[in-house]
Amino acid sequence: MAEKIIELKKVSKIFDGTAVVDNIDLYIRKGEFVTLLGPSGCGKTTTLRMIAGFEKPDGGEILLNGKDITQIPPYLRPINTVFQRYALFPHLNVYDNIAYGLKLKKVKNVYVDKNGKQVVKYEKLSKKTIDEKVSKALKMVDLEEFEKRDVTTLSGGQQQRIAIARAIVNEPQILLLDEPLGALDLKMRQDMQIELKEMHKKLGITFIYVTHDQEEALTMSDTIVVMNDGVIQQIGTPKDIYNEPKNSFVADFIGESNIMSGTIVDNRKVRFIGHVFDMVDDFELHEKVDVVVRPEDIFIVNKDKGQVNGRIISSVFRGVHYEMTFLVGKTEIIIQDTIERDVGEEVSIIIKPDDIHIMKKEYLVNSYDGFITKDNRVAFAEGEFDCDVTKLYPGSRLDEEGYLITADNQKLDLNETPVKVEVPLDKIEIIDNEVDGTVSGEIISIIYKGDHYQVIIRTPEEEEDFVVDTEYSWNENDKVSVKIDPKDITLKLKVK
Amino acid sequence: MVKKILRSTYLWLILIFLYAPVVLLVVYSFNASTEIGSWSKEWNFSLYKMLFTDSKILNAIKNTVLLALSSAAISTILGTVGAIGMFYSKPRTFRIFNTVTQIPIVNAEIVTAISLALVCSMLLFPRTYGSLLLAHVVLTFPFVVTSVLPKLKQMDPNLYEAGLDLGASPMKALFTVTIPEIMPGIASGFMLAITLSLDDYIITNFTKPSTIDTISTYAYNAYAKNSANTSIPALRALSAIIFAVIIISVVAVNLSANRTVKEREASK
Amino acid sequence: MGVALRFSRKHLGIPYALFLAVFVLFPLVLIVIYAFTDANGVPTFNNFTDFFSRSSNLYVLLISFVLAVLTTAICLLIAYPVAYILARSGAKKRSVYLLLFILPMWINFVLRTAAMKELLFALDGLGVYNVTDWYFVNTVIGMVYDYLPFTILPIYTVLIKIDKNVIEASNDLGANSAQTFLRTTLPLSMPGIVSAITMVLLPTTTSYVISDTLGNSKVTIIGKLIENQFNIGTADSWHTGSAISLILLFFIFGTMLLSGKFTENTNTRGGGLW
Repeated sequence: MAEKIIELKKVSKIFDGTAVVDNIDLYIRKGEFVTLLGPSGCGKTTTLRMIAGFEKPDGGEILLNGKDITQIPPYLRPINTVFQRYALFPHLNVYDNIAYGLKLKKVKNVYVDKNGKQVVKYEKLSKKTIDEKVSKALKMVDLEEFEKRDVTTLSGGQQQRIAIARAIVNEPQILLLDEPLGALDLKMRQDMQIELKEMHKKLGITFIYVTHDQEEALTMSDTIVVMNDGVIQQIGTPKDIYNEPKNSFVADFIGESNIMSGTIVDNRKVRFIGHVFDMVDDFELHEKVDVVVRPEDIFIVNKDKGQVNGRIISSVFRGVHYEMTFLVGKTEIIIQDTIERDVGEEVSIIIKPDDIHIMKKEYLVNSYDGFITKDNRVAFAEGEFDCDVTKLYPGSRLDEEGYLITADNQKLDLNETPVKVEVPLDKIEIIDNEVDGTVSGEIISIIYKGDHYQVIIRTPEEEEDFVVDTEYSWNENDKVSVKIDPKDITLKLKVK
Repeated sequence: MVKKILRSTYLWLILIFLYAPVVLLVVYSFNASTEIGSWSKEWNFSLYKMLFTDSKILNAIKNTVLLALSSAAISTILGTVGAIGMFYSKPRTFRIFNTVTQIPIVNAEIVTAISLALVCSMLLFPRTYGSLLLAHVVLTFPFVVTSVLPKLKQMDPNLYEAGLDLGASPMKALFTVTIPEIMPGIASGFMLAITLSLDDYIITNFTKPSTIDTISTYAYNAYAKNSANTSIPALRALSAIIFAVIIISVVAVNLSANRTVKEREASK
Repeated sequence: MGVALRFSRKHLGIPYALFLAVFVLFPLVLIVIYAFTDANGVPTFNNFTDFFSRSSNLYVLLISFVLAVLTTAICLLIAYPVAYILARSGAKKRSVYLLLFILPMWINFVLRTAAMKELLFALDGLGVYNVTDWYFVNTVIGMVYDYLPFTILPIYTVLIKIDKNVIEASNDLGANSAQTFLRTTLPLSMPGIVSAITMVLLPTTTSYVISDTLGNSKVTIIGKLIENQFNIGTADSWHTGSAISLILLFFIFGTMLLSGKFTENTNTRGGGLW
């Protein structure tokens, strides 16, 4: 295996008090094509900018070939970037854009003077060398003879190529590409994907590619790094990531998938949608799990011929296949098949053990650190909730002044008592405005889990998350508030 | 149709109001009469002859032009440095910078003038060409800042980073990327500074030494202080020349601007 | 280990800040100091009380106010239709007209004012005008003449930016052209009007070149009053002048805050010239 060219050790970046990149560890090997993949705001671009040197990490260090470059400014790093919107210099023509870096470069030349002594001189590249390098770079991107053109008159695809030529002409050890194809139309994008891949082979240098497009990542990369919320979710080959997603975020983000709740009922047996399926992973007995099945991995057979019966409730033609929704009990399952089944038809499905991917449940219950207020409410996650404090001490009651009288008649003032708060995922009510609930927040994630949605609501100040299972669909970035019935709040005294 | 005629008539009436005084002056400049508001039967170039032999006026013209060019040059450097410095500061620092920069713009010229005069006397700084130059810099630099800032805002922030990425030091990137990108803003700031400096009377009057006159101060003394001033006729000729120069240069600038736009479009 | 201080773009703010401190803020501080001290440097409010106790000063305030409001109103009444017609003309015609309207702005301000004086005298000579007696009218005409282009520009700039669809939407919703103008165009052009007002109001109270040239030295505005204090040259006249300046500053920043303009980034003088 090739040696590590770049290594990030516990790297963090904080903007306005929020960790955009949160303590990540990552290494990349020489010659690899690595893609940082994730939704916007996941920290992938910030990670790239830290490698380029435009941002300084607030913690951790970045190593290049084993040497710490954290404090080295961008212009001294042997790394070049292809920017999202190309960032070509509009005041320079194609030649001068590409030659920009070459003209600044000084190379070490050794001469022997009259006295036979060696003299080391740092000299600029000659005009001839620069000319040669520029035309070679232009040839690489198939834009020979474009030297004198004004960059503002070029098409998006051409500008893209010039941006690549401008970067690779400096022979960097690493090429960083920040969503370089984002501004191109679909056809052009697909062509460029293939070309970039070929260029990577020809140049033999390390490519670090940032995109939010999972298809792009799956097509081009040797390794994919899936990021969300400033944290690396999974690192692996495109195949690994697609077939063995580590958690429901990765499963949901990469490709289409059905995510359902299940329980391990026996060795290599999992029960979901009312049936016990064979599977290949080892999990602890009785563990609650998320089951992921890709839509193309489900086979439709006639009623009673498969594992589970149900009904087709919708069907849409998608070009190559039909995308059908299969309803079993309350759970909707997306199935892709080339043969269409009629809407309303009773059918059965088969899922092979290989195609069942099991993930540990990320959220079983919401838990928070809170404390009791002076009016016997509980404060956590930026709000004060009504609750039953007598549950803290079995057999206790409250007196008229609000003091707690324990079973053995001790009088307690609960004010400021630290407690552990737990709320089940399905016991939180989401309200469609910011004022009517106890605490307001923004929906930062929504994942469909077969028969319900799992929504995460984040509070603005302390960034506490409410994970809510709900049957209603919400939109990301909605501003909402939450309400919790006092009887659903479980309190535990913190052990001092 | 009637509406159209009414509209054009209105526009032309206002244009006549705006141009009548100047046109009258141009006509007067070929008349030999030396009194305000009166004609003589003689039409000749005598006023132009007067103008070009009046060393005081010629000196004033020279002073005005030199002052405008030098103060605009200094303002342009100062304003560009300031605009870049403040634009890349923290938002709060930017707001403070911006507010203070706006002061000379919103302030009354007379207040700026006396405040600078007070500084001169406080520091026992005699009124010299230097104080005059400085005052004109104070008058014009905010306008350079306000023409450069929008260009910085429009500029793709990645451009400067691309410079660094390709091996330019911050200083080098500033000169090879940022400055060329914001050049149109710098240029229009420079032109604006020249215009304002040429036009100024009040600040000039308070900060100039008594030995130096500009066109503004000279004309003010001639017209406002003493209606029977003998140099008034020569000033008519000067106004006519200035008007001609302005028309020629504005038309030239607009023609060349139109041509570059057309060339751009043609090359696409 | 020494930390190398690398050049960063924001470092350019340091020399600039120094310049602002010494030549913008410090001079204003001096005005404040002068305004609240007497010739011997003793703190006093006399400069202000003296100012307000003299009826001639109050008369100057009144004249300045009347002159400013009158000029601004006339400028707006003339300029709005001009800007409106320009904004609705075809692109080519528009640019030529616009150039014609702003061309006079390039002529030296004093010479422009002088040209108006020549014109008024010429009209007097023809017997249709009375220069010597109508000195206040002279001043108003001169001010309107000088500041009209500065009124047209900001209104035009705002009008040209109004989305044509908005006007069409208003018509579509049943408003006739008068209603559309009153309920859509006029409210949308308010920023331009406000900017035009601030652009004319202030200079008309202070720019004494016009009142001196055309007012036969009979029209005294605040600006002139301040200038006089600095020309008298008695021991305390500079302190009085500073006090008047401070009163003026108070009004200026009051107007700016009212129009919410101070934070905005618009060239008041010479805006749009280049």
